[in-house]
Amino acid sequence: MDIAVLQFPGSNCDQDALQLFASGLGLPTRFVWHKDTALGGADLVVVPGGFSYGDYLRCGAIARFSPVMAAVHEHASRGGLVLGICNGFQILCEAGLLPGALIRNSSLEYRCITCDLTVEDAGTAFNTRVLGRRVRLPIGHGEGNFRIDDEGLARLEAGRQVLLRYADNPNGSLRGIAGIRNEEGNVFGMMPHPDRAFERFHPSQDGLDVARAVLSVRFPELLRKSA
Amino acid sequence: MMRADLPPNPDPFLNQPITPELVKKHGLLPEEYEQVRLHLGGDPTLTELGIFSVMWSEHCSYKNTRPLLKGFPTEKKGATEAFGRVLVKAGEENAGIIDVGDGWAIAFKIESHNHPSAIEPFEGAATGVGGIIRDIFTMGARPVLLTNSLRFGELDSPATKRLLRGVVAGIAHYGNCVGVPTVAGDVYFDRSYEGNPLVNALCLGTLRHDQIRRGKATGLGNPVYYVGASTGRDGLGGAAFASKELSAESSSDRPAVQKGDPFMEKLLIEACLEMMAVPGLVVGIQDMGAAGLTCSTCETASRGGAGIEIELDRVPQRESGMNSYEIMLSESQERMLVIVQKGRESEIEAVFAKWDLHAANIGTVTDTGRMVVRQHGIVVADIPAAALTDNAPVYQREAARPAYLDAMAAWSAAGAGLADLDAKGAQDALPRVLFHPTIASKRWIYRQYDHMVQHGTVVLPGSDAGVVRLRLGNSEKFIAISNDCNGRYCYLNPRRGALIAMVECLRNLVCSGATPLAMTDNLNFGNPYKPENFYQLKECVAGLAEACRFFDVPVVGGNVSLYNESPAGAIDPTPTVSVVGFIEKEAHITRQFARAAGERLVLLGGAPTELGGSQFLGIVHGMKMGDAPAVDLSAEKSLQDFLLARIREGRVGAAHDLSEGGLLVAVCEMLFGAQTLGAALDLTGLAAPRLDALLFGESQGRVLVAVSEGDLQGLLGVADEAGIPVDAIGVVTDDARLSVRSPAGTLEWSAARLRNGWETSIETAMKRPGLG
Repeated sequence: MDIAVLQFPGSNCDQDALQLFASGLGLPTRFVWHKDTALGGADLVVVPGGFSYGDYLRCGAIARFSPVMAAVHEHASRGGLVLGICNGFQILCEAGLLPGALIRNSSLEYRCITCDLTVEDAGTAFNTRVLGRRVRLPIGHGEGNFRIDDEGLARLEAGRQVLLRYADNPNGSLRGIAGIRNEEGNVFGMMPHPDRAFERFHPSQDGLDVARAVLSVRFPELLRKSA
Repeated sequence: MMRADLPPNPDPFLNQPITPELVKKHGLLPEEYEQVRLHLGGDPTLTELGIFSVMWSEHCSYKNTRPLLKGFPTEKKGATEAFGRVLVKAGEENAGIIDVGDGWAIAFKIESHNHPSAIEPFEGAATGVGGIIRDIFTMGARPVLLTNSLRFGELDSPATKRLLRGVVAGIAHYGNCVGVPTVAGDVYFDRSYEGNPLVNALCLGTLRHDQIRRGKATGLGNPVYYVGASTGRDGLGGAAFASKELSAESSSDRPAVQKGDPFMEKLLIEACLEMMAVPGLVVGIQDMGAAGLTCSTCETASRGGAGIEIELDRVPQRESGMNSYEIMLSESQERMLVIVQKGRESEIEAVFAKWDLHAANIGTVTDTGRMVVRQHGIVVADIPAAALTDNAPVYQREAARPAYLDAMAAWSAAGAGLADLDAKGAQDALPRVLFHPTIASKRWIYRQYDHMVQHGTVVLPGSDAGVVRLRLGNSEKFIAISNDCNGRYCYLNPRRGALIAMVECLRNLVCSGATPLAMTDNLNFGNPYKPENFYQLKECVAGLAEACRFFDVPVVGGNVSLYNESPAGAIDPTPTVSVVGFIEKEAHITRQFARAAGERLVLLGGAPTELGGSQFLGIVHGMKMGDAPAVDLSAEKSLQDFLLARIREGRVGAAHDLSEGGLLVAVCEMLFGAQTLGAALDLTGLAAPRLDALLFGESQGRVLVAVSEGDLQGLLGVADEAGIPVDAIGVVTDDARLSVRSPAGTLEWSAARLRNGWETSIETAMKRPGLG
């Protein structure tokens, strides 16, 4: 297995994401610089959190033009796995790899707290067998308020594309949506940080299960290991 | 007399004769101007006058405080070869560095951005964070945590709310984006800070010993690089602005407030650390903070015993037509000066090209000892570097003991005719004290800060100290950090107030399971030319120095912020201290929160008996009166040693020191970690001359611990043996009620209601209608 964590200028959870997979799950994980044009055969591309390009203009709006994003598009179109966390989720929405948009929190303030989330039945693409009905994950964002038009929302719900919902909506997201997948089931995005929930002193270790859930369809042996 | 050695400048602005009015406008005294002329052998050019004015400002020169600061211990006596040694001492560089063993070290420092924050809270606070981060990575360290220490007026006016909102948003904007977690802080609300808030920010970074970099220009002919953001007209003369009192006209100084770009800073951190990792490439490096290009060039030259020549035409500029005066005095943010090994120019340029940042070769290291600045081929400044740094003026200001101190020392509650609390009074007082913004939960503030990025935060904000796991190569270490200073105590008794700031900070660390390692301080005071203010400063410094020596905690650096006055007068003296402690084993990490019903609450240090300077007096009686609580350094040390030993034995479930608000507030704060906890206390066995002092007094050297029932007798026994006053005062319950048997009868509260009020007090005050 080969996991690639993208690094944009302004990414600041790149190390966190790397450690989630490398030290948390013990999987081979490496960085890919945003100016690179190839992903080098990665099985999973992780778009980490942070403030890519300062999040100037709009969160993720500039990052989607980085050279590496063409390779991410191609990887995704071939069915490759992609996971966007926080700013990574925003980038994937801006890049059109996931539907919807993330706007300013309804409080107009940044929120760094740990949230209870319900795990939705998102089909086999996001294997919920490893998840309990609830997980606890930290969030840290100012713009995590998920929005989508009515038609898009209906499609998301009907297609079982919602992965996670906040138990106590911290940012005004439509229907408390915290994480989604694409229709095909290979591109995932979430505002909560599994990369802040894996060390023994973190508020929970649920991030490990979320990471496994993303990988599990392609790599079922991960589930056996955790069981 | 004009200097014969400099050519006239064709720009009439730069060529203007230096008049006494111009000198005054630059904040220089006539006698200081005479010194300038002696250093130069004639009148300065306008650019030179500007350079002297910023470098000789208090902010850069410490001219009024340098003699006092010499009293601080700068080395740790008990340091071992492998641990605790001071590798870079206070005053030597941009930040001090301490050995933490295995070839690793930490660099940390606190710095103020008070005046900019008063005028423009968002940008002022944001750039304060940016500046202190640069002080850390310029040493070669990767920034791993931030803390801040904030002071505002009472949270009942729109002006104060605007300042709080702006400052918190500014810190969040910068710290969150740059990706360094804000893990701890302290906030007080008091009238004395009305119109002159304090914003002190601290950064800590980690590095290997061999990565330590110095701000030194050495090596004849080595190129001098300017890296980072372009220079604009923002922040002109900020250091000089920071060195005068705030007045009604201060808002016209807004151009002196800088504008920060945390994204640029993040790139600069990564590019600089990458550059510094190239063996032998960097000779010296310094950030352009206060006094920007001026300070970085003359300080690096002076430290290196060298000279430096720069050409301003090569400085990246954001605006056209900037003259040398503006470029040299600009405080545009996110810029660094780097001296690299000659012949290796392409290596530094490659690193900065990767990060899409400027790296401009703007000059050369010389052996003349002079700082020479050229623009458009003309020398605009030619100054001995040392004249701006080591040979800046130093003053011993006059100190006069303020008259009010006698009255404070003589004050007593009985003498003032203050009736003691009865049961009803005590019942009503607790929520009032608990919900005051100084004591209430700071959740509204810290949830706006990213305190978890870098995934190493172990104890989140809201406990006695922040605890962070440092990943150092293949090993990991745990450190704790706490800020403290109760300005009210320092106003009532400056020396004692400073002692308390230190001992309380140390106590917080010990409660977290840490051994104190080293301290950084931020001295926030009024105008030092007023003898009463200078007395407060002198006494506070003496108090800090005494405590540092007693506990063998060296000072590794800090900052001085004077002229903290609004038209209503000087702020309460506020020598903020921040101490870093080392936690031997992860298992020793202790929080302030009781964990389960059945745990026993034990008070170490004896019943509180003093009312002076308490929050209770302020909140309930509207008084800032009395002496600060007494400090017994030996007793404090015995208590702290005792507590740390028990924590290391694994016999302490939770520990929390008594501080603002006193005993009941401390009990509440221990319970508030969980929704359902309560406590049943019996205080009738405690000797207490007054109920108000027992419940709300702030006597020092007290700690509450929660222990399992099985550990209770053992703890009482060893405390007795060690001569530590010890009282089992109650038990943790699961009924979310707080009931207290007191000498005045039984008191009873809903702990759930207390918790809710405490948690939402600031939030409620800051509520914006219509927002979720």
